[in-house]
Amino acid sequence: MFKKILVPVDLAHVDALANALAAADDLAKHYGAEVCYLGVTPTTPTSVAATPAEYEKKLGEFADKQAHKHQQSVSAHAVASPDPVADLDDIVLKAIHEVNADLLVMATHLPRHLDAVIPAHGGKIATHTDISVFLVRQTQE
Amino acid sequence: MSENNTRDQNENAGIPAPEGRSNLIDTDYVIGQDNVAGSALGLNVDLHGKVFTISALTVLLFVIATLALQNSVAPLFESLRVWLTSNLSWFFLAGANVFALLAVGLIFTPLGKVRLGGQEATPDFSNSGWFAMLFAAGMGIGLMYFGVSEPLSHFGSSMGGVAGDGGVRTDWAPLGAAANNPDAAMSLSMAATIFHWGLHPWAIYAVVALALALFSFNKGLPLTMRSVFYPILGERVWGWPGHVIDILAVFATLFGLATSLGLGAQQATSGLSHLFGVANNEVTMVVLIMGITIVALASVMLGVDKGVQRLSQLNMVLAGLLLGFVLLVGPTLLIVTGFFDNLVSYVTHLPALSNPFGREDANFSQGWTAFYWAWWISWSPFVGMFIARVSRGRTVREFLIAVLIIPTLISVLWMTALGGTALDQVVNQGLEGVAAASGDLQLFEMLGNLPLATITSLVAVVLVIVFFVTSSDSGSLVIDAITAGGKVDAPKPQRMFWAIIEGAIAIALLLGGGLVALQAMAVSVGFPFTVVLLVACYAIVKGLLDEPRGA
Repeated sequence: MFKKILVPVDLAHVDALANALAAADDLAKHYGAEVCYLGVTPTTPTSVAATPAEYEKKLGEFADKQAHKHQQSVSAHAVASPDPVADLDDIVLKAIHEVNADLLVMATHLPRHLDAVIPAHGGKIATHTDISVFLVRQTQE
Repeated sequence: MSENNTRDQNENAGIPAPEGRSNLIDTDYVIGQDNVAGSALGLNVDLHGKVFTISALTVLLFVIATLALQNSVAPLFESLRVWLTSNLSWFFLAGANVFALLAVGLIFTPLGKVRLGGQEATPDFSNSGWFAMLFAAGMGIGLMYFGVSEPLSHFGSSMGGVAGDGGVRTDWAPLGAAANNPDAAMSLSMAATIFHWGLHPWAIYAVVALALALFSFNKGLPLTMRSVFYPILGERVWGWPGHVIDILAVFATLFGLATSLGLGAQQATSGLSHLFGVANNEVTMVVLIMGITIVALASVMLGVDKGVQRLSQLNMVLAGLLLGFVLLVGPTLLIVTGFFDNLVSYVTHLPALSNPFGREDANFSQGWTAFYWAWWISWSPFVGMFIARVSRGRTVREFLIAVLIIPTLISVLWMTALGGTALDQVVNQGLEGVAAASGDLQLFEMLGNLPLATITSLVAVVLVIVFFVTSSDSGSLVIDAITAGGKVDAPKPQRMFWAIIEGAIAIALLLGGGLVALQAMAVSVGFPFTVVLLVACYAIVKGLLDEPRGA
């Protein structure tokens, strides 16, 4: 049913993505789909990488590691933005078209009041795309 | 499909490391390592613990002290400003000359080929969007206020000639004045005005912006003021010396913005009351500041690309329309020939106007020039950081031409059109109303003498307001980045916090008094920052020298 699963990842907080990554891998195995990891970085230096080029390399390494772990085909798609916090939704929507994904698996937080003012990315993206969206919440402690 | 970005796993093995494209500084510091991250009251935060806490507390303390102890604090700040601009005017003038010489000089050296972000970086914004943001952040608002009032003021004092009292000049005329010689006085007043809005202020911004862009995009250090000090302080910039520099930058930005916001609300309100008879009182001003803050909040949430950039472009269009209108309807021939005459007058008067030592015209060189330089310099962390952030992918030469040469030419055109039309009205048409009006209203008086006054004045008021929104939103982004230890991707509520604080401080000071006192305070911050900028000059040259240059 699905051929390419897009998974936005934040390399600075990989541990918070565990559930989303696992869900994406299981779905990929089940449908024989490819997993494409989408990473968005500011153009300024971050704790992850000093330049967008270095970020792209690290995202590639991350994808490689996932591929070895789960024995399936993966790809990586890195995007640099001058203001990623504000542009993230648009970047994900654009990436869906660029990599031709048919399923988005995305980590998200629990609903909270502030979402009324600043909507969570996952929910907002779901209202703006025609592909299936699977929002994965973190396990509550 | 973007082939460049999408690679499958096998290709990744062979990608070379980015080194060599630019020359990264090898530091153990991890961006955000001193940050406090967490979720407080349902809000995610990611802040530099010390810089955020201390700046927030001192800012609060200063506002409370200014409001509570107004009668003793105001004279204190005011005398500090007067002392700095009169005793250290040579330092401001000499410093600004260094910045201008370096910035102009770099255009012509091979170092101009260095690309910000490494040789393969591509610009993040279109030329028009980029330039609109540079200009709106840099001086948009001041041009509205001073475009008419400054040439008139210099003209008046120049016509008055030199007046002395026991060897000390008491007049405010630039240089040797031009007593009772309207042509010479016009030329001198335009040269003096353009001097304050030309190469020097833009060189001040260019130095800060270039240093920050270089050390962030090419050297891999966080986008915050302290990074500029790395060549001198080394790893110590991550400790207290760096904290102090960043806190100072937050301080200058916040107070500079809040005082401008307050003073600008006064101008916009007197404009509105002049046009539509809106009550010229505190209620109108507070409503105006709240309105500006709400629009700024929306713009800050939309981010640089969809918020600040679009508003800046709107500004450029409106400013272009106003300029075009004055050009066509005003004394067209006078403005066109005046553009070249004033440019020549600026260049020929430049050495004398920028001379830091042995000035006869103490009132002018200290009260106008040194005050301006201190004010531009106190704005430079904010404008410089914002310009740096949007300038990735440009070569140093491209950058300097766009930040230095083009804005200077536009300033010349703007001042010639607006100031020249006003002078023409006063000198050739005998319309004294323009010269007699208060500074707040001179622009509207000048427009009032041209056709379609209501429409153009309305455009002018809208411009004033939108210029404030662009200052407020870009300022919030800058303060947020500094207080987040150089992270530009900190959670959104933080940037909203700063936008609200700016408006709140402006309202508190407007109601409680103390705007002028805090402006004096902000100008005083200009002194330590002149030293910061001199360090930045050294850092730029040193940093550029070990960058790979393009073919």
